[in-house]
Amino acid sequence: MKTSAVFLLVVALTAVSAGQAADITGGITFKGTPPAEADIGPKMTEASPDCAAMYDPAKMPTTHFYVVGAKGEFADVVVSLKNVTGKSTGSSAPPAVLDQKGCVYVPTILAVQTGQKIIVKNSDACVHNVHCKPTVDGNQEFNNVQMPGGADLTYSFPKPEPFLKFQCDVHPWMFAWVTVVDSPYFCVSDKGGKFVIKNVPPGKYTVEAAHRKLGSQTQEVEIKDTDATVNFTFEVK
Amino acid sequence: MSKNAPNKTNPRLFRFAVLTAFVTFLLIGLGGLVTSHGAGMSVPDWPTSYGYPMFALPFKFWTGGAFFEHTHRLLASAAGFMTTILAIWLWLKDSRKWMHWLGIAAFLGVIAQGILGGLRVKLHMNSLGIFHAAIAQLFFILVCAIALFTSRFWMELSADIKSTFVARGLRTLVLATTLLIFIQLIIAATMRHQHAGLSIPDFPLAYGKIWPDTNPAAVASYNAHRISVIEEAPITAFQIKLQMVHRVVALVIFILVAVCAWRAWHWLGGEDSLAKLAIFWLALIFVQVALGAATIWTNKAADVATAHVMVGALSLVTGALWCIIGFGRSTASLPDAQTFGVFGVQTSMMANK
Repeated sequence: MKTSAVFLLVVALTAVSAGQAADITGGITFKGTPPAEADIGPKMTEASPDCAAMYDPAKMPTTHFYVVGAKGEFADVVVSLKNVTGKSTGSSAPPAVLDQKGCVYVPTILAVQTGQKIIVKNSDACVHNVHCKPTVDGNQEFNNVQMPGGADLTYSFPKPEPFLKFQCDVHPWMFAWVTVVDSPYFCVSDKGGKFVIKNVPPGKYTVEAAHRKLGSQTQEVEIKDTDATVNFTFEVK
Repeated sequence: MSKNAPNKTNPRLFRFAVLTAFVTFLLIGLGGLVTSHGAGMSVPDWPTSYGYPMFALPFKFWTGGAFFEHTHRLLASAAGFMTTILAIWLWLKDSRKWMHWLGIAAFLGVIAQGILGGLRVKLHMNSLGIFHAAIAQLFFILVCAIALFTSRFWMELSADIKSTFVARGLRTLVLATTLLIFIQLIIAATMRHQHAGLSIPDFPLAYGKIWPDTNPAAVASYNAHRISVIEEAPITAFQIKLQMVHRVVALVIFILVAVCAWRAWHWLGGEDSLAKLAIFWLALIFVQVALGAATIWTNKAADVATAHVMVGALSLVTGALWCIIGFGRSTASLPDAQTFGVFGVQTSMMANK
């Protein structure tokens, strides 16, 4: 009995000394004034009146390259742990969803793991073609037609790749960019510019924040027993 | 009568050849619209369209980019059909053996071009789009040449060679300029088929400079500031340099064509058909330069960019036809042809005018 108690105590102490998984949290800030977004309305009206008819003429969609809040909160930045590879749980992760709605992709920026399913929906009453254009060897290019009311299309990619482009050539203003990472430690900053990477094992990591237009930044962080916080600031130079 | 001239003209055959050339010209324009609208992959299957037989695609699907891509396929089919008829017609009715083979070459060319277009869709290869565009230009020259060879103009020209001899130097200059225009069109096709939009957004300067910075930091900054509705692939230093090369070559072409026009006018005389063609050529280049500038100033508006493609094709074919006529007029070389000046014609011939 006494021996068992000592053994349990040793195990507990070992666990504590090894540290618990923790979260990496932080915020992304945009400094300065972002470039003005382009109005998609004229192009949409010219090329596909059916698409334009889905919008109030006074509220036509714009591009979404810089999603910045009133206080500089920077959304759609992909945050991930760099150089953590071979840890993907993509095959068992729930599928991510890309929807084509109102003749635009929702969301514009998505992040998934290698092997994770991406379901592409067509919620519109018009035809789209789903054309994904990877640039990394091993990730296959696809181009499939998706009729209105047609079945969902499912894709997955075996290799990590930043900002893999999905586009519709019928409506050439329709883009989405999907970052594929090789671990479960990633997220996309929300409209408040916040991000959380959950359950990161103890260790030293390089945290990378990548924006579609502004490239990437990195910071070093060490996870011990408690959550860590890192913040990033982007600006257009 | 030269062996290059038909025994007699066939006006119907000539008119059909001209019509085929015109349809080919429209097809180049429609192809330009497909690329300008970024619509080349909007119909993912080929030779079917959205799973339908090509000629039975319901009208409700003729929308957006698919409108341009599908109509391009239909017009290409029409051009293929007309070229086939033209080849058969030449084979059956033209007395010149070499014209038979020119018709066969056109037939094989249009078939190859159609397959290349299909493979570009099926294999997802942008590089094939460059070949597709370049071969379209060569095919346009071929059908225009066939139209020329079936014309009364060519017959009369071939029967009247001696009085219209063109010096080798001028012919060589026009040929070299025409080849440079073809190279320019390949550069342009390479730019367009990278689907990166305008790699330099201003003109006549480039990012505010005579020669833009292309270091990584500068390119990153250009990309950060680029906000465009379509074709939003990041630009690279290579693409920026390629557009600068396109601008420099355009300037060289402009100068060369101006020299050709001046030499032709000066040495052949204003009434000579080749002098008039050279002046027309220079006017085309003027328009082409203006359209190139307008392409940038309108942020590559599809109609302007397509007009730039079409006038480019006309510029190439004008130079090519000039060469054919010039070399044709000089087929029966005069004994002392070697004594001609670089850009001149025989003095006695000048005296004849």
